[in-house]
Amino acid sequence: MTLTSSRRSFLKGVAAVGAALVVGIRTDGALAAASGETAQFNPFVKIDADGTVTAIVKHFEKGQGPATGLPTLIAEEIGLRMDQIEYEFAPSNPQIYNNLLFGAFQGTGGSTAMANSWLQYRQAGAAAREMLIAAAAQSWGVDRTGITIEEGIVKAGDRSAPIAEFVAAASQLEAPAEPRLKEPSEFHLIGNDSIRRKDSAIKGNGQAMYAMDVHLPNQMVAMIKRPESRGATAIGFDDSASKEVKGYINAAVLPNSAGVAVYAENTWAAIQARDALEVEWDMSGAETRSSDQIKAEIMAALDAEATYNVNKADVAAVSAAIDGAEKVIEKTFYFPLLAHAPMEPLNCTIEQTAEGEIILHDGAQMPTGPHMAYQEIFGLPAEKIHIKTMLAGGSFGRRATPDADYQVEAALAFVLTDRSRPVKLVWTREDDIRSGYYRPAFGHKVRVGLNAAGDIVGWQHQVAGQPIIKGTLFEAFMVHDGVDLTSVEGVAESPYQIPGMAIGLTDTEKATSVLWWRSVGHTHTAYAMEVMMDLAAKAAGADPVEFRLAYLADSTDPDQRRKAGVLRLAAEKAGWGTVADGRVQGIAVHKSFGSYVAEVVEISGNPDDGIKIEKVTCAVDCGIAVNPDVVRAQMEGGIGYGLGHAMRDQITLTDGAVDQYNFPDYEPLRIGDIAQIDVHIVPSAEAPTGVGEPGTPPAPPALANAIAALSGELVTALPMVEDGVAFA
Amino acid sequence: MAFTLNLNGEPRTVDAEPDTPLLWVIRDELKLTGTKFGCGVASCGACTVHLDGAPARSCQTYVEDVEGVEITTIEAMSETAIGAAVQQAWIELDVVQCGYCQSGQIMSAVGLLAENPKPSSEEIDDYMSGNACRCATYQRIRAGIHRAAEILEG
Repeated sequence: MTLTSSRRSFLKGVAAVGAALVVGIRTDGALAAASGETAQFNPFVKIDADGTVTAIVKHFEKGQGPATGLPTLIAEEIGLRMDQIEYEFAPSNPQIYNNLLFGAFQGTGGSTAMANSWLQYRQAGAAAREMLIAAAAQSWGVDRTGITIEEGIVKAGDRSAPIAEFVAAASQLEAPAEPRLKEPSEFHLIGNDSIRRKDSAIKGNGQAMYAMDVHLPNQMVAMIKRPESRGATAIGFDDSASKEVKGYINAAVLPNSAGVAVYAENTWAAIQARDALEVEWDMSGAETRSSDQIKAEIMAALDAEATYNVNKADVAAVSAAIDGAEKVIEKTFYFPLLAHAPMEPLNCTIEQTAEGEIILHDGAQMPTGPHMAYQEIFGLPAEKIHIKTMLAGGSFGRRATPDADYQVEAALAFVLTDRSRPVKLVWTREDDIRSGYYRPAFGHKVRVGLNAAGDIVGWQHQVAGQPIIKGTLFEAFMVHDGVDLTSVEGVAESPYQIPGMAIGLTDTEKATSVLWWRSVGHTHTAYAMEVMMDLAAKAAGADPVEFRLAYLADSTDPDQRRKAGVLRLAAEKAGWGTVADGRVQGIAVHKSFGSYVAEVVEISGNPDDGIKIEKVTCAVDCGIAVNPDVVRAQMEGGIGYGLGHAMRDQITLTDGAVDQYNFPDYEPLRIGDIAQIDVHIVPSAEAPTGVGEPGTPPAPPALANAIAALSGELVTALPMVEDGVAFA
Repeated sequence: MAFTLNLNGEPRTVDAEPDTPLLWVIRDELKLTGTKFGCGVASCGACTVHLDGAPARSCQTYVEDVEGVEITTIEAMSETAIGAAVQQAWIELDVVQCGYCQSGQIMSAVGLLAENPKPSSEEIDDYMSGNACRCATYQRIRAGIHRAAEILEG
């Protein structure tokens, strides 16, 4: 059979030897299988002749759990224990390893890793199971219906043998077109709370390999000297002081003039040589505004007529209804720029093989991004560019740049060399905080009218900020009629049945490079929605939980029913309304990425001397929780990420330059900030939905609602410490 | 300049400038990559190692100052009773997410338990406050230290 070169190199890459069964889904969607030598596809499942099963994981692992979750799906369908399956990350191939929700694009984002793999990986596992069973049936001369696989052992009546015995024969069989998926009643692993992460041990003993840990023979380290203000360009440099640094090699202006690449023998030499480099900048194209000015532009946009009538509302009628209401609540909110600051600073390493092919070592969140960019930069066809996905030390969205920013930067630094030495591009924390991509600043202005009975009669919601998706390759999917859906998600399409809602959006001018940040638009929309719901409940004289439930009352609508379900569960588990003396609670509920999350934040203290977060109670409905403990961990982490930034963090600019530089002034949440988090998962038979992001949105408004209940002080501009709230 | 370091119980000779942070000697020269670079300003704790048994930030420790000092990194932690107990607890509770800070967390946790075999939650929060985790695994770190104390108690 004819093999394509990419397939040949893939097989070489996975070191498939002897008769190995590989199962995968072809680009035409059909399941197919063959022996290692004759495979015609790239696999999701690999079984070596010795019976070792390996899941090929198409999503990168930044801590959110696919290196455990996707093997769980395959192990479940084949009939394995979790210690009988290994994992490895897929090569870059957008036809085979694409995110099914992203089109022909391989990438992780939008909390979709499990949602889009759920059927695909189970089908791949189920196909392998049926082929092994078919081979056993032939070998034993028994009917296949009586054969099962449990814990890696093929069984029929009194006969049993490990799957290894049938790998060679099974690899010669046709893959079933429609393998039978197991029923939930047959699950041993999916939903099993005792399943542990597959990457725990290596992350506790120093063996885990992140991109930062790549040390290729003879590699150089490159760092980029960047301008203080984005948009400035490098004209020239003086490296006479850099030459005093032992290990300094040389420097060169990047081809796009965005900075100067400094090359050194090791990381410390690169840091020192970059510090010593003097660069002459052309500031004519540089950002000169300060964040106060950017904020003023956003606030002015909120007061003007919105550019987009997002939900095609009769704005005049809604406005009139509010004007004529018994009670009117009006609030304006501001959300600052935020950095992602994943623990592992951005980095990647490029090498060129003797054959002239390019290999990128990267904690690759969206391999297709750099893969496409590199075809252009290096003038090579796709199959001559290889991406080796390493573990990633966090991301929170930062590694998923549609323009492959840091991978392109590394490539530009690499093409300036003679390519005889691999180049490892390393960002420092200062690069990350000062020169990164940010959650855009946003403003909301919300007017809500209530009648004498305390019912909402109108909800006018204006949003303004810099759009994230416009101008990127995702525009076709996520910008409709001019509306960047990520600017209004969480207000538009809210499950709340609010009568007389008018949503307006105005895009503000580009202030900096912006990017999705854990839960994207929901980072600000949930805050505005849930703080306003609390204010409306207060104005109506109603309990905040009961008030919300009145707008989630249609139990025939799954959206309302599931949102109401988590709200009730969180309230029940938190002992809503029955807190100890000195404690106060706040609640919020929000749907994002297909999942429903309610959170109760319980606090003590006071805003002047310090508030202490005593407990967060979370209820989540994410469909079937494949790995319940991973779901719990993602809620815990999402809550911490949301609260930490809402409490203390912002990126500000002075004359175009970022004011913050490192963790001392962009403070991470610390261990003492939250005393306890309890997570409760709603049992469900629905297909899995997101968990990486949905824990984040409700946490800040729940905290704000608790603070307001405690002190009467409502925080409408984040971070809270800038609005006069102290934390213990 | 040549320096001879006592790293994980073995003498290791490195050629480095005297003011080179120990972090970069360990990572770039000796290729022990379990010790992580997170901030470079002793603000996150990802680079924590033990110097004569006590946790220290290797990004602010200079190679010229640690000759004759017993340097221990995460790679040797399983060889001590406390280190092994903490690692076991971390696995039992699946403390890690991205994992990048966890070498430093474990080094600090071992330091705490060496000083205080049965720390309260408040003592844990106080001692561990310099170790940042952007994934916010803090609740499990706290529980992991309690669990390790339990394991060590037998």
